[in-house]
Amino acid sequence: MSKELIRLTNVSMVFDGETTVLDNINLYFNDAEFLTLLGPSGCGKTTTLRIIGGFQKPTSGDVFFDGVRINDVPPYKRQINTVFQKYALFTHMNIYENVAFGLRISKTPEDEIRKRVDEALSMVNLSGYEKRSVNSLSGGQQQRVAIARAIINRPKVLLLDEPLGALDLKLRKGMQTELKKIQQQVGITFVYVTHDQEEALTMSDTIVVMNEGRIQQIGTPIDIYNEPKNAFVANFIGESNIVDGVMEQDYSVSFANRTFECVDKGFARKEAVDVVIRPEDLVISAPERGQIIGKVESVVFKGIFYEVMVAGETFTWKVQTTRAPAVGQLVGLSVEPDNIQVMHKS
Amino acid sequence: MKKKYLAIPYVGWMAIFVIVPLILVVGYALINRDGQVTLDNFRTMTQYLGAFTTSFRLAIIATVICLVIGYPVSLWLAREGAAVKRIAMIAIMLPMWMNFLLRTYAWMSLLENTGIINTLLKNIGLFDLINRVFGTQLSYFPMINTPGAVVLGMVYNYLPFMILPIYTVIDKIDPKVIEAAEDLGAPPVMVFRKVIFPLSLPGVLSGITMVFIPAVSTFAISKLLGGGMTLLLGDLIEMQFYGSAYNPYLGSAISLVMMVIVLICMAVMNHFGEGEGEAVYF
Repeated sequence: MSKELIRLTNVSMVFDGETTVLDNINLYFNDAEFLTLLGPSGCGKTTTLRIIGGFQKPTSGDVFFDGVRINDVPPYKRQINTVFQKYALFTHMNIYENVAFGLRISKTPEDEIRKRVDEALSMVNLSGYEKRSVNSLSGGQQQRVAIARAIINRPKVLLLDEPLGALDLKLRKGMQTELKKIQQQVGITFVYVTHDQEEALTMSDTIVVMNEGRIQQIGTPIDIYNEPKNAFVANFIGESNIVDGVMEQDYSVSFANRTFECVDKGFARKEAVDVVIRPEDLVISAPERGQIIGKVESVVFKGIFYEVMVAGETFTWKVQTTRAPAVGQLVGLSVEPDNIQVMHKS
Repeated sequence: MKKKYLAIPYVGWMAIFVIVPLILVVGYALINRDGQVTLDNFRTMTQYLGAFTTSFRLAIIATVICLVIGYPVSLWLAREGAAVKRIAMIAIMLPMWMNFLLRTYAWMSLLENTGIINTLLKNIGLFDLINRVFGTQLSYFPMINTPGAVVLGMVYNYLPFMILPIYTVIDKIDPKVIEAAEDLGAPPVMVFRKVIFPLSLPGVLSGITMVFIPAVSTFAISKLLGGGMTLLLGDLIEMQFYGSAYNPYLGSAISLVMMVIVLICMAVMNHFGEGEGEAVYF
């Protein structure tokens, strides 16, 4: 059973007395967990991270670390280290000294410093770079130095603020796997901030979806993807068709001028709802065999699938399929009951 | 494409007004009144060793004082908001917009034996008090025509040249780098020692250079505030060109030696600041 490590209770952050950046955040995470704060820019995810790191004080609410309130503990006294977005390396020191910084501050004996710096550098595949200057390294290498520098103090929590944001796609994919590996190797909690939903799905144990200073949903990647709690989450995580619908009764929802069987219940009768269907869950068939009939508006090749826009009576549906229909063709669309997500209007 | 021709005006300017005069100075330093090539000028110079030591001593003192005042101000200023920065910048630059001589004359009228400061102290009865307590015959503090007044003049005139480069460098330090140091366990004093100070060294070196060089070669300040009591290199050189002792050959030789000493000082400093980024060197 993993143990709770950090808890935020009723944390709010208001800038200049008017801009609410965080609105009553309640969140906890466990030892050795890979937790991702996911959301669009300005959703408060970085502020949350800075509050945990101690760089900002919440306007109200409490932060607990291992059960102890740490609101007023300065960053240098927290057992938490940070990997900054643009690395923030010390340009006046070489790679070795950058990584050794935390140990030098704690006056660790020289031979132990050497041992641990070697260890950290080999963990991020940078052995042999000790004497190099910061500016002679590529972005990806600087990022790895930043990680080595942050884990050298053996923190209980590592905060990562969009650490891969400045890297190109290929490098980012590589670093995602590497980061996940490092996290499992050192066995500490990672709190990872990103706006990239794919990154979040790939790496996390738990995803916290945020928008406009509020937590929208907390769950495993599979939960969040398959059972989004509201239209925002559905739209932000992956592609979605979101249409207005009416809940007729339990297990029955109507949208697109038709009533569909579904797996949701517990709504008020005739409640207006958001209906979410993933593009890959819509199946194209002959018009007479579909539940919805529409005309193919466009077909775009996306690599492993075609993205097809089908204009129905009330809505233009986005469909992902491996077999492309012709533009202008009439097609039928059908969907399985358990692929229809019904959610309260937010 | 390299647009080398863009440098032509500057190169031309340099050639006419820097390189040629420099050659003339070297040439003058090596001849005597009769146009014979000789090292006599350098031999004569040994009589003025005192001026050399005084000049360097006072310039070093002034530079150190500027650094001690300027560094904390820069540090404070870099942390302030935009509004405070703007106002402080104007306050720092304001004296520089006034004529240099005017500023120095103003100090004269402040420091004179019957000047504003002494008159003020007299009127509040300070001298009477001191005379009664210590049995002295004091009627003013001698301030003008002392080495202290010269140093004061230097500090007053050159302090902005210390503050500006240091402030600029500190202001450019990424706040995230400072946060990173705190994050890794460094309390504020350590953050300063291990991160802010080393990163600000290029600015410190620029500031030292920009204060020390004009200070070591000044003549107006020592003339007005030192009253000719403290003979500095600048005065000595001026005397050789405009004074009764008219001897441009000796003047050139002194200039040349001073220049070499300053260059050596800068090279030594440059060496210490190596790898700390680029500073302004003359």
